[in-house]
Amino acid sequence: MAEYIAVVGGGIAGMETAVRLKALGLEPVLIERSESLGGHVASWHRLFPDMSHADKLIKDLEKGLEDVDVQLGAEISSLNPLRKGYSLVLTNGKVYPCRAIVLATGFSLFPAERKEEYGYGIYDHVITNRDLEGWFNGKADSRVPESPRAIGFVHCVGSRDIKAGNSQCSKVCCITAIKQAIEMKEKFPEAEVYCFYMDLRLFGKKYEDFYIKAQRDYNIHFIRGRVSEVAETIDGQVQVKAEDTLSGKPVRVRLDLLVLMAGIVCNADNQTFTQAVQMPLDDDGFFRSRDNVGAITESDRPGVFFAGACTGAKTIPETLAEARSAALNVYLYVKGLK
Amino acid sequence: MDFGFSLSPSSAVNLDKVDLSLYDRLAAIDPGIRTCIGCGSCSATCTASAYSGMSVRKVLLAMQRGRMQEVEKMLSNCMLCGKCTMVCPRGINTRRLILNACRLYANVEGEA
Repeated sequence: MAEYIAVVGGGIAGMETAVRLKALGLEPVLIERSESLGGHVASWHRLFPDMSHADKLIKDLEKGLEDVDVQLGAEISSLNPLRKGYSLVLTNGKVYPCRAIVLATGFSLFPAERKEEYGYGIYDHVITNRDLEGWFNGKADSRVPESPRAIGFVHCVGSRDIKAGNSQCSKVCCITAIKQAIEMKEKFPEAEVYCFYMDLRLFGKKYEDFYIKAQRDYNIHFIRGRVSEVAETIDGQVQVKAEDTLSGKPVRVRLDLLVLMAGIVCNADNQTFTQAVQMPLDDDGFFRSRDNVGAITESDRPGVFFAGACTGAKTIPETLAEARSAALNVYLYVKGLK
Repeated sequence: MDFGFSLSPSSAVNLDKVDLSLYDRLAAIDPGIRTCIGCGSCSATCTASAYSGMSVRKVLLAMQRGRMQEVEKMLSNCMLCGKCTMVCPRGINTRRLILNACRLYANVEGEA
């Protein structure tokens, strides 16, 4: 009987895990719900901090998957425990007896329309970080004006927001906003670009350099204060109101384009997995690691592992590192070494 | 006629209308001044701060918001001791910034 390792989710976490499992001599099957691989990264254009191309990363990962069983457009329809491992039945009817499962199901982007006060889906010139990346990728978007004179970025949309159901920091939006602000300033040097932030959390290698560059070389204006409301003006602009908390005064500005930095939230269907393998979900709705310091890729159930943002917000390098760690842990588990 | 109340002028900053010309001229001389993160080290170490309300952090912020009257008032209290320059984590030459600002205000030709 073939002993597969199921890798659930065909984003970069699942792709890298499958590549590494194959290299370790195991037999991964990569299961992806949509018709293509790459997950969220596939809808991105360029990546911080080196401005490398997202499609290059995905193409490189795809090269390592040439001999891997990839099931596109397939989901798990049932998952049953065996004496050693699990039996997976996919929605396309295929059955895989698996020795271990790696959950690499990632995250969902916060639905920005839920913060109604920001006007996404209501006003003509309000878009999200993902919409902007799509536009960078050459997708036509009538909401982006031809020559904007003022552009704003709202940080923390659906992050650090208990009322919106997500108390966590999404970790990557601060640096993404700065990256996108610089990219817009490069396209429209005459435009004034404003970032409205609560805190700037620039924890990663080279992130602070990016920030200094945005301030000094691109003259991007950083205003500490959460946007309270957005309203459309008679000439089709959007007026943004916030408090400039550093000077303690209300501030307002008219913009030709407003970009909402939608955050990272858990997938709504995470519970279907946890119920199937009888393990608890973490209180933030993400999968719960056995230990958040020493065993982040391990679950409480034998043979069930995690990789990437399914346990919480992650950067791409963190996700790839976890995928490698998960693959190694699976190998040790299967060989009875751990 | 006395209605028993009066209206205060709005304290809101309208970014569409702020005059950044002085700030932009100072930044042209030293782009480093744009990298202020408002940490407050300069104000905390300032001897004049406790007595006069002088604060380099506030000077920079007021310039960015076009509140030039406040800038002028604060600058007049600086003793040019330069302690603020020593503590700035971004390495902004705050003492020179103050001198440059005074030069521009006084409209004196000087080397930056």
